[in-house]
Amino acid sequence: MEDDAPVIYGLEFQARALTAQTAETDAIRFLVGTQSLKFDNQIHIIDFDDENNIINKNVLLHQAGEIWHIGASPADKAVLTTCYNKTSDSRVVSCAAVWRMPCDWETGSHESPDDSAHNPQTLELLCHLDDSTHGNAACVLWEPMGDGKRVISLADNHALLWDLQESSTQATVSSTATLEGKGQLKFTSGKWSPHHNCGQLATANDTAIRGWDLRTMSQIYCIENAHGQLVRDLDFNPNRQYYLASCGDDCKVKFWDVRNVQEPVKTLEEHSHWVWSVRYNHSHDQLVLTASSDSRLILSNMVSISSEPFGHLVDDEELSEGEDSHQEDKSKEPLKDSVVSTYEEHEDSVYAAEWSSADPWLFASLSYDGRLVINRVPRALKYRILL
Amino acid sequence: MEGEVDGLVPEDPGRRRRVHGMLKLYYGLNNEGKDPEQSESLDPCDINGPHFDPEVYLNKLRRERSLAELMDEETCMVKQIRSLDSDMQTLVYENYNKFISATDTIRKMKNDFKKMEDEMDCLSANMAAITDFSARISGTLQDQHAQITKLSGVHTLLRKLQFLFELPARLNKCLELQAYAQAVSSHRRARCVLQQYSHLPSFKGIQDDCHAIMDKLAQELRQKFRDGGSSAKDLSECVELLLQLDEPAEELCDKFLSHARSRLESDLQSLEAEIRPYSSTSSVKDASARRQSTAAAGSPSDTSPKMSSLPSPNTDILEFIDRGCNEFVSSLCLVITSYQELFINHAQTGELASKNIPQMANGKLHAFVDDLAVRYFSIVERRIQEEKGVGDNSLLVRALDRFHRRLQAVAKLLPGSAVPNQGTEIVIRAATERVKQYLSALQSFYMDSLTDVRQALATPRLSVGASVTGGGTHLGGPVSSRDAPTSLPELLSSLSASILNQIKSVLASVHLFTAKDITFSNKPYFKGEFCSQGVRESLVVSFIRFVCHSSRQFCESGGDKGGSTPPALLLLLSRLCLDYETSTISYILTLTDEQFLVQHHSPVTPVTTLCAEAREAAQKLLNHYVKVQGLIISQMLRKSVETRDWVNTIEPRNVRAVMKRVVEDTTSIDVQVGLLYEEGVRKAHSSDSSKRTFSVYSSSRQQARYAASYTPRYCNNLILYIVLLINVCILFTCSAPMDTNLLSNIHKLFSERIDIFSSVEFNKVSVMTGIIKISLKTFLECVRLRTFGRYGLQQIQVDCHYLQMYLWRFVSDENLVHFLLDEIVGSSAHRCLDPAPMEQSVIEVICERG
Repeated sequence: MEDDAPVIYGLEFQARALTAQTAETDAIRFLVGTQSLKFDNQIHIIDFDDENNIINKNVLLHQAGEIWHIGASPADKAVLTTCYNKTSDSRVVSCAAVWRMPCDWETGSHESPDDSAHNPQTLELLCHLDDSTHGNAACVLWEPMGDGKRVISLADNHALLWDLQESSTQATVSSTATLEGKGQLKFTSGKWSPHHNCGQLATANDTAIRGWDLRTMSQIYCIENAHGQLVRDLDFNPNRQYYLASCGDDCKVKFWDVRNVQEPVKTLEEHSHWVWSVRYNHSHDQLVLTASSDSRLILSNMVSISSEPFGHLVDDEELSEGEDSHQEDKSKEPLKDSVVSTYEEHEDSVYAAEWSSADPWLFASLSYDGRLVINRVPRALKYRILL
Repeated sequence: MEGEVDGLVPEDPGRRRRVHGMLKLYYGLNNEGKDPEQSESLDPCDINGPHFDPEVYLNKLRRERSLAELMDEETCMVKQIRSLDSDMQTLVYENYNKFISATDTIRKMKNDFKKMEDEMDCLSANMAAITDFSARISGTLQDQHAQITKLSGVHTLLRKLQFLFELPARLNKCLELQAYAQAVSSHRRARCVLQQYSHLPSFKGIQDDCHAIMDKLAQELRQKFRDGGSSAKDLSECVELLLQLDEPAEELCDKFLSHARSRLESDLQSLEAEIRPYSSTSSVKDASARRQSTAAAGSPSDTSPKMSSLPSPNTDILEFIDRGCNEFVSSLCLVITSYQELFINHAQTGELASKNIPQMANGKLHAFVDDLAVRYFSIVERRIQEEKGVGDNSLLVRALDRFHRRLQAVAKLLPGSAVPNQGTEIVIRAATERVKQYLSALQSFYMDSLTDVRQALATPRLSVGASVTGGGTHLGGPVSSRDAPTSLPELLSSLSASILNQIKSVLASVHLFTAKDITFSNKPYFKGEFCSQGVRESLVVSFIRFVCHSSRQFCESGGDKGGSTPPALLLLLSRLCLDYETSTISYILTLTDEQFLVQHHSPVTPVTTLCAEAREAAQKLLNHYVKVQGLIISQMLRKSVETRDWVNTIEPRNVRAVMKRVVEDTTSIDVQVGLLYEEGVRKAHSSDSSKRTFSVYSSSRQQARYAASYTPRYCNNLILYIVLLINVCILFTCSAPMDTNLLSNIHKLFSERIDIFSSVEFNKVSVMTGIIKISLKTFLECVRLRTFGRYGLQQIQVDCHYLQMYLWRFVSDENLVHFLLDEIVGSSAHRCLDPAPMEQSVIEVICERG
């Protein structure tokens, strides 16, 4: 069973921001935001044709500035948020905004793909998520599985919960939380928990991970010194509500049970430089993707701490007698935690990696030099998980 | 006639015999017995035969022979007759004298016999007279003799009767005098008689009296037996008497044993009393001991848990075991011997043997000994367990030896007993326990010496790090290099030497267990398993494992919390582990094997495994060291990049101070590592390494654009390679300024990927390369997160050039530094709002001035 070769796509600019189009569940589609100080920045819409292994791209202009973070609405395909840097009067300011893609970008690309490259359309600004008193925005988080009405932005040491109204053209701050403490504290990253009725948020600042209750906007847990160095990214296990993955500059990926914050449940140390991104697969949470500035992408199979540590237990009962022996053979040698595969297609630091929202066996990664690589989970593993 | 001729020819013997035979014939002395010639001589023609008939012979001759022959025959016959005649004459002459003398002798004898006959007659007359007298005397004495015989019989009977009548009184007297043995033997003598004549009233009375007295005696004996105040010898005597009195043996056995038990138990209790105050109320005792000792020793702090330093409140173990042996074991032996004497050996000969008493008695004895031995062992074991201190092993070994030796006596006395084996097991347990204690002592010694090293490193005089933090001097080199050599290598050598010494002394102590003069050392356990499993595996190998393991723990615990272990210690430990791998482990194990003559019956950990472990530990430590040092420098660089407003910075006039710090720190790390590790190999330097100019971004916009438009098209790798190769050719031939981006891309394509936090080799250059890699990569990542103004970029250019000038010398491949610095400058140019690079000459001037 030979695995398909990775598909590589090159952007003209350097890029850090990558997201799957969350609301899109049919087509495999990723959004990439570029970073350029000299030219107009772009948002590339990458469509992947799984059957033919072909990439289709569409480019939208994002003239406000270089994009540091991008987030797609879970409800509306056309709506997205970006965090971008704006330079004015030799000052660099980080802002956040909600945008809408022009409605005909898709049709345009189909008719004349060349034209779209030459005359890209521009994003339509819906509203700014800016509050000058709250400093520079680091990232914007959509309410997972929500109706696209609530976002959280992390700006310096504040977490702001916004309500989007009137089809997202107006944003009002409904509540805020502030990180108090010595020195200049700054959120680096965050994640909105899909559990507890979307009532929790986890943030990272310096070496600590904090959990927040969104109803009261108060801290509910804190993992001090979660990593030896800076914490770069977080992700919630989509199926186990207390499980959280984090990664950081100590080259490690750690898995936490937030009910016991003293010790990580598991630690991976496979990368040889800082780990910038960690992502659980949306459906099979044993698959974990990590991206690092050692130019590598690593797919790990963390069976022991997944929601299906012994494979599909439910399915066993449905199996006919004849297949029982086969099933037993497999249960005798359960999968162990292991690195599934290391992807070396990148030549520069990989800052972002994302699973596709449409195909759970497909993921994209983005390195600083603008190279986007689309890969699949090896077939052998895929069938082991499925069967 | 032929026969005659033949007969003449033979010599004397034949002839004489024939003559002799003929004489015999003549005198009729012929014995009809066995004459072989008789059958032949039946022939009447045989002239020499007895049945010779001359007529027949003559007729025969006349018939058969011719005249001439007859004539010859006749002459021959005449001749023979003549010779026979002469023979006869000779014989007559020869024997004549003999006949004469024989006749004389016979005549003389005749005279002598006549005389003798007279004397004989006289003698017989006398004898008849004597017989007569004697008959008369015996006749007169007959009556008196019968009377005397009767009288003597009566006398004996009377004596016996008297003994019987006196018996009660005598027994009483014996009882009074406590001469029990005599009483019993007297009674035994009388018993049968009394029994026999008990139908007579008088004897019955005596018997009853005797019985009463004997009962009393038995009572008294039993009393004495029960009281137990007497010595073992008395006791055994007692038992012997009681046995003779037909007491039931089983009961006696029980009594004897229970009595012995009470005495042995008192021994045991006194032994136990010696431990108890220490073990149960040790704190109280300690306190009091301390109170006493404070007066004497002065310092209350020296009452450490170790026995060695504690003024022991107890007798020491040797004394204790001695007491145990002398009191308990020896009295146990005594009991066993006397018991065996009484109930087993005695019974086997006597009438008791039939009742299976020896077996019964033996069983009881075994149960008894086992029971007591268990208690004794438990006490001894408790005492041994208190022996925690590892100070003086010889005392313990001697104590155990004595313990073991004394039990051999029991083994000899009681061949089937399990006691000696249990004793051996106790010794074995004590030995393994001791080995464990030594292991933990070694471990704590190791940890203590690490703490010492840590302290030594922390004192500023010795610390390399301290000289750097205080170092305002240029490069910090002189200060550290002067102080450091006295510290690290010396610390290392003293540490490893002290550990080795400790191991050796421990081995020597443990070796006592297998000394030749120790009785238990030739047990199979001490010959085999103790050496291989006990000493080699659970002591030496475990310790080495512990060293490796604790080293690894330094990496794990120190990693997250950031430098809880001083980096110098990591470096030192790594070197220690490496030394262990190269030589020390095999040395220690060889030493152990030699000392203990380990015979590897069971599989043991091979040296290679341990070496691999040590090497792994050394590798981990060194990697961790690189990481920690790298992070320290990274931290400085990161802070310097993050906290500055790069957009609104002023034109660079100097190299930033933090870069000087970085170089200083790197230099001092270089010195530090150089103290413990060899230089290592590096790639050849180009002659003008420090002078190398950045081709950086000198750059027209077109070129940047040109490069940027090509970079993304990696998908068509082949085309890109070709384009790049063409570019390279053009650039090299024209020596035109080259775009960094392009350069770095070429570099990436044609060089191997750089692993930042990767394993390092055991040499200085590799370590330094690792540290510098980590630092510069951090610098790069930080730069990419910032936005720069024109002067910001220029400042980075200056800083990078400065780093370039100093860092190349530390690494194995200077291209690595060049590449990373190029990346930094390139990235900052990318992140620059107004990329106007500084002139190379200006940069050089600034750097050289700084």
